[in-house]
Amino acid sequence: MIKIWSMKKNEDAAAKKKPKTSAAQIRVQKDLTELDLPSTMRTHFPDPADLLNFTLTITPDEGMYKGGAFLFSFAINTNYPHDPPKVKCTQTIYHPNVDLEGNVCLNILREDWKPVLNLNSVMVGLQYLFLEPNPDDPLNKEAALEMTKNRDQFIANVKQTMKGGYLKGTTYDNVISR
Amino acid sequence: MAAAASQDWPARYFHIDQILDKPGPRTDPAFAAGDGVKDFLRTKAKILVIGAGGLGCEILANLALTGFKDIHVIDMDTIDISNLNRQFLFRQKDVGKPKATVAAEFIMKRVPGVVVTPYFGKIQDKDEDYYMQFNLVICGLDSVEARRWINATLVNMVDPENPESLKPLIDGGTEGFRGQARVILPTFTSCYECSLDMLNKQTQFPICTIANTPRLPEHCIEWASVLEWPRVFGDKKLDNDDPNDIDWLYKTALKRAREFRIEGVTWSLTQGVVKNIIPAIASTNAIIAAACCNEAFKIATSSAAFLNNYFMLIGTDGVYSYTFEHEKRQECPVCGGEALDLTISPDTTLEQLIETLTERQDIQIKKPSLSTPIQQLYLQAPPQLEAATRANLEKKVSELVSAGGEVTVTATTLPFSLSLRISYTT
Repeated sequence: MIKIWSMKKNEDAAAKKKPKTSAAQIRVQKDLTELDLPSTMRTHFPDPADLLNFTLTITPDEGMYKGGAFLFSFAINTNYPHDPPKVKCTQTIYHPNVDLEGNVCLNILREDWKPVLNLNSVMVGLQYLFLEPNPDDPLNKEAALEMTKNRDQFIANVKQTMKGGYLKGTTYDNVISR
Repeated sequence: MAAAASQDWPARYFHIDQILDKPGPRTDPAFAAGDGVKDFLRTKAKILVIGAGGLGCEILANLALTGFKDIHVIDMDTIDISNLNRQFLFRQKDVGKPKATVAAEFIMKRVPGVVVTPYFGKIQDKDEDYYMQFNLVICGLDSVEARRWINATLVNMVDPENPESLKPLIDGGTEGFRGQARVILPTFTSCYECSLDMLNKQTQFPICTIANTPRLPEHCIEWASVLEWPRVFGDKKLDNDDPNDIDWLYKTALKRAREFRIEGVTWSLTQGVVKNIIPAIASTNAIIAAACCNEAFKIATSSAAFLNNYFMLIGTDGVYSYTFEHEKRQECPVCGGEALDLTISPDTTLEQLIETLTERQDIQIKKPSLSTPIQQLYLQAPPQLEAATRANLEKKVSELVSAGGEVTVTATTLPFSLSLRISYTT
């Protein structure tokens, strides 16, 4: 066998026995403790000992979704940050980029995810969807179509569905911020 | 050596012995030409092969034929009919059997005197004591997650007091006509995690394309697995290895493909997309496995300089190869960062420890957050987690961390993290 030990130029560097904490766990700790969120976003941990599963509430203070409180679940797996966090909207909402099952169309959650991005970038990206819904990348096609064709009607639909109730056969959750 | 030698017929290793019998101008000064090195290779060296698939079959055959005699192999998969075109240790009658077991039996039958010990299961089932018994580890894996795990495990095992704790890791990988082989000397060279952001991402399609404007058969399969499966089955997890689940996805994807007039959805494409099966070319596997095994031989025998440390092969446009030294990343969460031994009084509170970290000239960390592998000690943010961990501040560190225990510190002022090893004054 090669004698690797004798190759070492700097003995101190070898004395770096690292903790068993996984790279994903350390990265999540770093991401979470360094979150820099505006007052419109708040995290909640159902189990504060579990940093990998939590929710985010977004309460936009401008735009057509102002007045709502939108809930997202975050699930982070042990392959983070190679894999992006799994994010879902836990309410049924009327939004061009969120479908009725809660799937979210945000590029950095899928095709444009990179390990250099972090939880802060994902959260800021989510909030942006409420400030600037994007009808060109629709997940709820009807909502997107309405937004392009008849913006006033779309805004009226947003206001109506945020209070809960029916619209075209779908029951929406009441998301009015209390 | 006698026991092993009795199985060896004259001139069995004639060609290999040309290399081992006398040093050349470039051999390592530590090279023990002749019986010493042969004895080590053939009776003492113990090598672990992770993965008994396309690369693994090649690696096992190469190692056995170069004279390694104590080989262990781990694989969690069973043999699928689609493997038989390139995984040459398997036959049609073996379909459904564990790859590790069948591969081990085949090698032992074909190459007398070689003992291959299989383990049918996950690498995560095994602990450090298990990995400690090997001199070398070779990986032929198709999963980033498994590579990250074994890399972190081997880096963590390095004990500065014990040279034997350092296990060279040779990692091979292929994708179509491209491949790479690298040698990782844990804590000495760059590790797998150091190069994580160099990885080619698997192709991901925008979810809105999948939902609304499918154009490719893959879009329809992704629609079935990403959107329809959770809609229809709720929290029930999709089992990639269950043919019934694949069947459901295939039929669902096919229906959608017909709706959008898209051709090309097949059962095997469905399986390929959901299991992220990368096109495998037997001859690329052969090149990469050969490169890995030559490095294993050189490292085990010191007979020639070994790869430093990254070899890449690009066969998509002619043949291009490039070898370079991938450098360690200072802020690598596995092998980088700083480590510090800290001796404190058993009466020191967590709050006092944090004060020490912020005040000490050589550390000076602003707002550190601390955790152990099993729990959070104190997190500066978000407010809820700060509140949940605040009670720990008054506790003695000795109640939270055992002697010799590890504490991970993160802070904005650190490149990534700092690890502390805590000991107590008596």
